[in-house]
Amino acid sequence: MFRNQYDTDITTYSPQGRVHQIEYAMEAVKQGSAVVGLRAKDYVVLATLKRSTSELASNQRKLFEIDSHVGVAISGLTADARVLTRFMRTECHNHKFVYETSMPVSHLVLTIADKCQVSTQRASKRPFGVGLLVAGYDATGAHLYQTCPSGNYFEYKAFAIGARSQSAKTYLERHFETFEELDLKDLCRHA
Amino acid sequence: GGRRWRGGAGGRMAFRIGSGAAKCFSAGAEMRNEEALVAGAAAPARRTTTPYVTGSSVLGIKCSDGVVIAADTLASYGSMAKFRKISRLHEVSSTCVVGASGEYSDFQELKRTLDAVMMEQYCRDDGHHMTPSAIHQYLTRVMYGRRNKVDPLWNSVVLAGYHDNVATLGLVDLFGTNFESEVIATGYGLHMGLPLLRKAYREDLTVAEAKVIMEDILRVLFYRDARSTNSIQIAAVSASGVEISDIIELETKWDYQRFIVGARNADVSTW
Repeated sequence: MFRNQYDTDITTYSPQGRVHQIEYAMEAVKQGSAVVGLRAKDYVVLATLKRSTSELASNQRKLFEIDSHVGVAISGLTADARVLTRFMRTECHNHKFVYETSMPVSHLVLTIADKCQVSTQRASKRPFGVGLLVAGYDATGAHLYQTCPSGNYFEYKAFAIGARSQSAKTYLERHFETFEELDLKDLCRHA
Repeated sequence: GGRRWRGGAGGRMAFRIGSGAAKCFSAGAEMRNEEALVAGAAAPARRTTTPYVTGSSVLGIKCSDGVVIAADTLASYGSMAKFRKISRLHEVSSTCVVGASGEYSDFQELKRTLDAVMMEQYCRDDGHHMTPSAIHQYLTRVMYGRRNKVDPLWNSVVLAGYHDNVATLGLVDLFGTNFESEVIATGYGLHMGLPLLRKAYREDLTVAEAKVIMEDILRVLFYRDARSTNSIQIAAVSASGVEISDIIELETKWDYQRFIVGARNADVSTW
């Protein structure tokens, strides 16, 4: 991706109808180390590759528990991820307080996506530079979602984000049709 | 309904600090009100301190195949039977129905609030449906929140639901008190109806049997509660969804000899 005259502001479209700043934010996600998610009928598994800045440093944490039924794996700007996971935790907590039930995963992902979208439409903000793989289990079963700095979100049977995720996706494309009936052990083995 | 509640919020509260202090307190509030009127400024915020248009009892009973709740169709204006054919029952979702006693305008507000929540769910369109117990908890939060602002929604709300073969019957009142039970009643129904409901309750009760029981108990309440009518509605939630009946006119018996002949001697009463 090369620099051009339409990529300075988040509030500027290019003549091709693209907002380059959002795409650059998505590049930040691709810089993070790989994160993989797989879904079976009753289970979702997230697997991450932890990196460390040097031999002296500890590994960068990439898996976060949001609630007893939802967890996320992050790729990209860790500080942004921390803000988002804190937001998700308070959303889940608030939902439990008001409705006394676990927050539906689709609803939670929607609130994050809306939050990410807000920062793509303000001159004073920059997009969140983190992609999440959200794994959760609610009344409608097991779910795996991907969220994006653009504010888009998608549901997947299996997906990977981060550096060298293409090779992971190739593997998943070959095997995902068998995931549905797998038990937890086999699902983890694939991950 | 119809009880006057002493000591509401706002400048009328009479603290027993010392009569002098109390007078100063209420005088100050009245002066502020007058000043505001004279100045043409926005009046100070008001709160609900007493209900005006009220509904009487609501009853509910759990069955093996659903839940039945019932209420009469009267909204009283103090002791006047002013609005004789209004519905105090409301279908919230396809698996949940609520009924309320107390201030009717607050019930209308609650209906709007609940409908707004259901509309949000509809727009989200994600395959999830709020369970009756989730709606119960939501209502509790709303009522308790208003109570903490000392501006309650002056109702006792009975919530009945049947979702995934699980029957829910609960109550939330103007304080935020909430609980679930096999039998529930509000108002005079709490005193006269609940013992009858408890006697009638069985684990294997059916919705059809419960509807008959409700008619009988509401008839008793019509005989004895001065703020009720014999025009009632019964709502049932079951596997086939919510069904709120049309208005039912209860048959009542008044041709007792004692009523017709009257009390001739001082020692004969019509009780």
